[in-house]
Amino acid sequence: MSEPVVRAAERIEILSAETSEGAQELQRRDATNVNELSREVGAVLRLDGLTLDPTSIDMERRDDETMIINMGPSHPSTHGVLRLMLELDGEFVLRTKPVIGYLHTGMEKTGEVLSYIQGATNVTRMDYLSPVINELCYSMAAEKLLGIEVPERAVWIRMMMSELNRISSHLVWMATNGMDLGASSMMIYGLRERELILAFFEKTTGLRLNLNYVRPGGVAADLPDGWQDDVLVICDTIFARTFEYDELLTGQPIFRNRMVGVAPLTAEEALALGVTGPLLRSTGVAWDLRRAMPYLAYDQVEFDVIVGTFGDNFDRYAIRLNEIRESIRIIRQCIDMMPRGDYRSQDPKVTPPPRARIGESMEALIHHFKLFTEGFQVPPGEVYLAVESPRGELGCYMVSDGTAKPYRLHVRAPSFVNLQAVSLLMRGGSMADTITVVSTIDPVMGEVDR
Amino acid sequence: MALEDLQHNFLTGPLEDIVRWARRASVWPASFGLACCAIEMMATGGADFDLARYGMEVFRNSPRQADLMIVAGRVSQKMAPVLRQVYDQMMEPKWVISMGVCASTGGLFNNYAIVQGVDQIVPVDVYAPGCPPSPETLMHSILTLHEQIRTGEIMKRRHEGRPFHLDATPELWTPEVPVAVRVGTPK
Amino acid sequence: MTSLSSTAPPGVLTSDGLAADLCCFPTREQYVELVRSFRDDGFEMCVDLCGVDYLEHFDRRLPEGVEPTRFEVVVNLLSLSKKQRVRIRVQAGNEEPEVPTLFNLYPGTEAMEREAFDLFGILFTAHPDLTRILMPEEWEGHPLRKDYGVGRVPVQFKESPGPR
Repeated sequence: MSEPVVRAAERIEILSAETSEGAQELQRRDATNVNELSREVGAVLRLDGLTLDPTSIDMERRDDETMIINMGPSHPSTHGVLRLMLELDGEFVLRTKPVIGYLHTGMEKTGEVLSYIQGATNVTRMDYLSPVINELCYSMAAEKLLGIEVPERAVWIRMMMSELNRISSHLVWMATNGMDLGASSMMIYGLRERELILAFFEKTTGLRLNLNYVRPGGVAADLPDGWQDDVLVICDTIFARTFEYDELLTGQPIFRNRMVGVAPLTAEEALALGVTGPLLRSTGVAWDLRRAMPYLAYDQVEFDVIVGTFGDNFDRYAIRLNEIRESIRIIRQCIDMMPRGDYRSQDPKVTPPPRARIGESMEALIHHFKLFTEGFQVPPGEVYLAVESPRGELGCYMVSDGTAKPYRLHVRAPSFVNLQAVSLLMRGGSMADTITVVSTIDPVMGEVDR
Repeated sequence: MALEDLQHNFLTGPLEDIVRWARRASVWPASFGLACCAIEMMATGGADFDLARYGMEVFRNSPRQADLMIVAGRVSQKMAPVLRQVYDQMMEPKWVISMGVCASTGGLFNNYAIVQGVDQIVPVDVYAPGCPPSPETLMHSILTLHEQIRTGEIMKRRHEGRPFHLDATPELWTPEVPVAVRVGTPK
Repeated sequence: MTSLSSTAPPGVLTSDGLAADLCCFPTREQYVELVRSFRDDGFEMCVDLCGVDYLEHFDRRLPEGVEPTRFEVVVNLLSLSKKQRVRIRVQAGNEEPEVPTLFNLYPGTEAMEREAFDLFGILFTAHPDLTRILMPEEWEGHPLRKDYGVGRVPVQFKESPGPR
C-alpha cells in the first residue's frame, strides 16, 4: 500500500514498453534500409522479371511526412488478434507489416506430448472455424504412417462432415465480411444459417465447435438416425438463402464499389508467395486439391471448381459464395451415395472396443485402457499430407519415431502463408481498403500462430 | 397514506437499487475475442441466442466505452500486456468474465506459450467453463454477473487504495465467496 | 520421376523414400541449386518449409552417404502443372545450424523461415528480415527444440505425464 504513485506519462511509457515488439515491428524510415523499404513497392516480391522496380521507392521522402500507425491486436475489424502496422501518407498506405504471434499456443510442442488419439483435440483448435478439416488432415497423416485403410462409410462420413464444415466456415466469413463492410444484417444471417449446421454437429458428435470427431481409423461415432432428413433441411435452407445474400450484397452498388477492382492479385505473384485456396483461385489458377489430387471420395462426386478472373476482392467474395453452393451439391450426393458399413476401422491396434463390451469382457477393458492411456505405436517414418481447407492447402508434416507420440508435428497453415500477401495487396490503397483486404484474405489467427 | 393520491405516477426505491438496475440492464461488452470462444461469443450475439435482450449486443470497440470485458480465448505470453492495457483503459465500474477454460486456467494448453489463467493478469468476476462454452453457458455466466451486480456494492472500486501500475508480482485479489446463483424458476 | 533425377545435380541423393513421396537429401552447398532446378522444372510453389530437431531420434533412417546432423530443414515443393510433390531434406548442422535462404527463389518462404528461426534457432543466410515472428521479442531460447521443456505448470491431482 505504500508503493509510490506512478504518474500518467510514465505509466503510458511503461505500458507501451510492455507491448512493444522491437525488431518485429515496422521501423521508421530513417532507421531502416532499402531492403525493408521495398515493402512499399511490392513487399516481399523481389524476383527478377516479376516485381516492380525497387528504385521506384521514394528515398527522398522524409520521416515526418509519413505516419506509422498501429492497427490491433485488439481491433474490431481484424479477424482475430492480428496486428497490422501501416505507414500512411495521408489516407494512402505505403508500407504494411503484419505482426503475428499474439495467439501462439505452442500447439506443435503440445502435439509432441499427446498420443495420436489425443492429438486430434489439439489440432482441431488451430483453425477453429473448420475443426473437422484439421482433424481430417491429422488423422489421414497418422493413417498413412500406420498403413491402415479406413472403411468406405467412414470415408463418406468424413467427406460429408468436411463439406458441412466448409459451408459453416464460409458462412462465418460472409458474416464477418459483411460486418466489416457495414452490412451488419449479413452477420445475423450468416450466424443464423450456421446454427443449423452446428445443431447437426451437436446431434452427431456432442459438440458444436472443436468436435474431436475424426480420429485415426475412422470417425468417433456413427451418424444419428434420421440424419438424411436433417441434412436435407440444411441443404435446402442454405441453398435458398444464398440467393438472398445475392440480393443483399452482390448487386449492391456500395458493396461493389468497395470490392470490385480493389487489391488485385496476379497469378505469378500468388504462386511466388505460395498462397492457395480462394485467394489463388481468384487469380484464375484452377487449383483445388479436391479436384487435382483427390483424397477421400472426391473423385466420385461431381462438383465444380470456382475460379475468378481479376483477382480482386469481389472475385474472392464470389468464389466463397459459390463454394457454398458447390458444397451443398456434394452433400446432396453424399446423402444419396452413403454406403453402409463400419464407421471406423476394425483394426484392434487402433480402434477401442465398443463401450458396451467393456462391462462384459476383461480383455475389452484392458484393451480400452491401454489404448487411451498409452496409445498405439506408429512405425517410424515421415509423411506430408495436404487437404483443401476453406482457406487453402492445409498440410500436416508428421515425423514418427516408433513411439506412441508424434516426434514432430508441423501443420502447414494456409492462413500463415496467405497473410504474406497482405503487404502486397494493401500498398497504394486507402485505409478503408485495408479492412476489406484483410477480410477477403480470411485469416484465422489460430492457425496462423498455432 | 399520502402516496395514494398521486395516482401511481411515481416509483420509489433506494438509490442503490436504481443504480444497480441501471448498471446491470445495459452492460456493454468490450470486444476481446481471441480464439474459438470468440466465435461462440459472436454466436451468442447472433439471432438464435440473442444478447440484445439484455441490452448487450453492442460490442464496444473502444474500451473506454465498455463496462465488461469478456476474455474469450487463450491468452498467449505476447498478448498478456495488451490485455492488461485494454483492461486499464476501461472506466470504473468494470467487470471481467473469463470465458472458456483457456482463459480461466490455461485449459488444454499447459505449456510455455499460454498464460495459465487470465486471473493472473486481471481480476475476474465470473468464470465460464467449457471448450468452448456453449452460448447457453455464456448467458448463464452473464446472468450470474447480473446477480452479482444486483447484490453488490455500488461505490466499491476494484483497486481500492492501490495505484494503477503493472505489478511485478500478480496482485493478491481474492474474490468474495462465490454464491451459487440459481437462475430461472425454482425446481 | 526419371526426369527429376536427370535434372538433379550430381552428388545429390534421391530416394523413393518414406511414405512413397519423392525425397531428396542435398548437402548445404547443393541445396539452393537443387531447389532452383526444381523450380525451373515446373515446381511453381514452395508449399512448406519447417525445421526438425532430431536430438532424441538421431538414428533415423537416411540413405547411404547422408551425414545426419541434429537439425534438419524440410522443404515441400508442389508442381501444379505436373500435380506432383517433392520433399527436400537438408541437414542443417549440430550446434549453430545455418542454411542458405530460399527467399530469392520463392518469396513465400519469408514467413516460414522466420518461424523456423524463431522456434529452432536455424539461421538463414541472406534472409531479408530474420527476426522472431511468433514469440515475443525478448524471449530467450527456441521453444521447439527438444531440450527446451514444454513449460508445464504442475497441476494438482494430475501426476500422470501422458502416454509413454
